[in-house]
Amino acid sequence: MQTINMRQMKKNQSGTIKAISASGELGRRIRDMGLVPGTEIRIMGRAPLYDPVALRTIGFTLTLRNKEADYIQVEVEA
Amino acid sequence: MNATIALAGNPNSGKTTLFNALTGARQHVGNYPGVTVEKKEGSYRIEGLNMNVVDLPGTYSLTAYSLEEVVARDFLVQEKPQTVVNIVDASNLERNLYLTIQFLELGVPVCIALNMMDIAEKRGIEIDIKKLSALLGVPVVPTVARNGTGKQELMAEAAEIVLKQFKMSPLEISYGDDIDNALNEMAVIIRAGRFMTDTYPDQWIALKYLENDEQIRSLGQKQNPGLSKKLKKIVDRVSAHISRTLNTYPEAVIADHRYGYIKSLIRQGVIHYRQDQSRLHISDKIDKIVTNRLAGPLIMIAVIFGLYQFSFTYSEVPIGWLEAFFGWLGGITDTYLPDGLIKSLIISGIIGGVGGVLGFVPLIMFMFLGIAMLEDSGYLARVAFMLDRVFRLFGLHGSSVMSFIISGGIAGGCAVPGVMATRTLKSPKERLATLLTAPFMNCGAKLPVFALLVAAFFAEKEAMMMFIITMISWGGALLVAKLLRTTIIKGESTPFIMELPPYRLPTFKGLAIHTWERTWQYIKKAGTVILGISIMLWAMMTFPGLPESQKQLYEQQRQMLLSGTGSTVIGEIRAAGEYSELSEAAKDVKDRLTGIDAGEAEAALKNSVAGRFGTTLENVTQLAGFDWRTNMALVGGFAAKEVVVSTLGTAYSLGEVDPEETRLLSDKLASAPGWSPLTALSLIIFTIFYAPCFVTVVCIAREAGSWKWGVFSMVFNTVLAFLLATAVYQIGSVLI
Repeated sequence: MQTINMRQMKKNQSGTIKAISASGELGRRIRDMGLVPGTEIRIMGRAPLYDPVALRTIGFTLTLRNKEADYIQVEVEA
Repeated sequence: MNATIALAGNPNSGKTTLFNALTGARQHVGNYPGVTVEKKEGSYRIEGLNMNVVDLPGTYSLTAYSLEEVVARDFLVQEKPQTVVNIVDASNLERNLYLTIQFLELGVPVCIALNMMDIAEKRGIEIDIKKLSALLGVPVVPTVARNGTGKQELMAEAAEIVLKQFKMSPLEISYGDDIDNALNEMAVIIRAGRFMTDTYPDQWIALKYLENDEQIRSLGQKQNPGLSKKLKKIVDRVSAHISRTLNTYPEAVIADHRYGYIKSLIRQGVIHYRQDQSRLHISDKIDKIVTNRLAGPLIMIAVIFGLYQFSFTYSEVPIGWLEAFFGWLGGITDTYLPDGLIKSLIISGIIGGVGGVLGFVPLIMFMFLGIAMLEDSGYLARVAFMLDRVFRLFGLHGSSVMSFIISGGIAGGCAVPGVMATRTLKSPKERLATLLTAPFMNCGAKLPVFALLVAAFFAEKEAMMMFIITMISWGGALLVAKLLRTTIIKGESTPFIMELPPYRLPTFKGLAIHTWERTWQYIKKAGTVILGISIMLWAMMTFPGLPESQKQLYEQQRQMLLSGTGSTVIGEIRAAGEYSELSEAAKDVKDRLTGIDAGEAEAALKNSVAGRFGTTLENVTQLAGFDWRTNMALVGGFAAKEVVVSTLGTAYSLGEVDPEETRLLSDKLASAPGWSPLTALSLIIFTIFYAPCFVTVVCIAREAGSWKWGVFSMVFNTVLAFLLATAVYQIGSVLI
C-alpha cells in the first residue's frame, strides 16, 4: 500500500481516499460529492486533453480538474 | 385547505421530472426575489387539500456557497413549507442522503421520494424501504418519476404530514467529541441569548458557525455582535485544536461525520447488493466511445453540427410562414391605411420590429428542443468535460462552447438563443464572461453585411474571407473573455466538480415543457421591451423629416418630369401592376420617378435624428474610415444587423434593398468615393464586435440579472469595435 496524489493515478486504477487538503469552497464541493477520507474511488478516464479526470465513487461518476485532484491523497495498491 | 410543498433534491435525481409529473402544464415560472435563480411553482390537488408545489433548485448540500443553495435554504427557513418532499436517487443513495441529513439537521418536516427505483433494480441494488424510513424517522415512498409510478402514494404521505401538522425535532448526530462539546457550549449561549432562535434551531446555528457559514455569521453579526463574537471565539479555539491534532478543519470533520452516519445507516441492512457494483454500467460503456480520445471529439463535432442543421433547417419553414404572415399584415396595412406617419409607424416600427423579433420564435423553439435533448440525455456534461481544458485557458468553462456555437461559432447562428443557452452553465463568473462574449460570433444577421462587403471588395477570395472572419470572431471572443476574467469579472475559476450523470432517454413531457418555457419567455419580451425599442429606433430614423421647402423641391421635380411626359405614358404607368411589362418610354419615366423618391428618402434620412447623429459622429468615425451613411447604417444595425444593408441602400439612394439581393448595392459601394477594401475591412471588424442587436441586449440584461450588463455590452463592445476598426484602418492606410 502506498499513498499517492490523485493526479498520478492511472486509468482504471482504484484506491481509497486518505486525506483531502482543500479548504474553502473547493473543499466543501469535494466533500458534498462524497469524497471524504475512507471513500473508494476508481479512475474512469481522462478527457482528450488529459484534463479533467473522470472518476467513479459511491455509485456515480464525477469529474475534477487535475489541479483540483492535487488536493486529494489516495491510498493505492503498490 | 391550502398548503405549500417544496420539492428538493440533488441535481439529476429526477426532481424536475417528478415536478412535471405532479403538476403537468399547471406550472408557473418566476424568479426568486432579487436573484436570477428560476422559481417554478405548480399545483397538485388531492381530496381536501390544495397543494402549491415549489420546485427548489437542485443542490448537493445546504451550505451557503452557491446561489442555488442559499435560495433553497432561505425558502425552507422563511417560507416554512408544510412539507419538504426530498427526492433521493435510489441508485445513488449514499450521496443523496447527505442532503437529506442536512434537512433533518435543520428540522424541517421531510418526506422522502425514493426515486429511480427501476434503475436501482436493474443495477441489482435492493433497498429495505421500511428500515430506511424507521432509521431516518421519516416516511419513504418508492417512485419512478419518469412514468409517474408512486406519485399518488407520495403525495398522500405529504398530505398526511400537512394535515397532522407533523413537527420534526432537529436531528442531532455526533460529530466527534471536539465538535460535540463545542456545539453544546455554543447552544447554551445561543438559547440564553435567544440568538436568532425564532428562525433557526439553536444547535443548527452553532453548527453553521463551526462550518464558517458566511450567511449565518453575517446575520448573527447584525443581530447581536457581542454574542456573535463569543461564538466565533469558541469556533477559533476548536479550529486551532482540530488543526493541531487532526490537521484539518471543523467543516471537514463535520462532513466526515455526516457521511459516517450515512454509512452506519446503510450498514444496518438498508442496502443489499445482488450483483457486483464495480461492474460497468451501460453509461460507462457508452462513455468509453463517446469521450474516447479520438472518437470523442469527432462525435462531438458531428453532434454539434447535427444540432445546428436540425435547428436551422427545420425552423426555416415556420419562419417562412411567420415572415409571410407579417408581410401580409404589412401589405394589408399598406393598402387600407392612408399614407402618413401612422402608417409608417405601424409598418416599419411595430410590424417590422415585433415581426422581426417573433420571426426568431421557431428558431428558438428548435434550438432549445435540441439543447434540452442534449442536456436531459446527459451529453452536454460530456461536452463540458471534453472541452474544459481549452476553454479554461480563457477563463471560461467547458460548457461555454454550446453558447458560442449557437451564437454563430459556425457562421449563421443567433446570439439570442446563444445567450439564453448559458443557463446550462452553473459557474457564475464563467457564465457571465460567456454571455458577454458570445455575441461576437457571426450570427445569421451579420452574414448579409459580410456578404455585401466581401462581394464588393474581395470578390475573388470569398471563401477565404468568410473563413478569416470566423477566425477573427472566435479569437476575439476568447481573448475578450480572458480580458474580462482578468479584470472586471476576475477571480478563481469555479471548481469543475461536476457529475457525469448516466445517459438517459429524455422524456417527451420534459422536453416539451422545457422548450415551451424558454419560448414563451422570449415571446413575452418581444411584446414589451422590444416593441418599445423598435418604435424608438423607427422614430430616430423618421423624425424630424424633411422641411416643407425641400419636400416641395422633390414634388416640383416629379411634376416637371410628369408634365414633360405624354399622357399615354402616364396612363400606362398608372394602370400597370407591379410585374407588368412597360414600354421603353414608360420604363424610363418610372425609373426616374423612383430615382427622385429614393433621393428624397436619402435626404430625409440624412435629416433625421439618426442621420444627424451619424453626421455629427463623422468627425470621430473618420478615424475608422466611416462616413455618415455608414454611421447611420450601424445605428440601424442595432435593431437587427441585416438592417445595416438596407439602411446603406437607402443612404445611397437605392431605395429599399433586400438583404438577400445586394448585387446593385455592392456594385455601388465598389465604385463609391471614400470606399476601399480597407474601409470594407474596417467595417467588417466593426460589425463583428460592436453592440449586439437590442434583442440580444435585452436577453443579456435578463440572463445576467441586471441592466448594468446590458448597458455594458453596448458601450464596451462599441468602444472595442471602434478601437479595433480604427487600428485596422490607420495601420492599413500607412502600409498601403
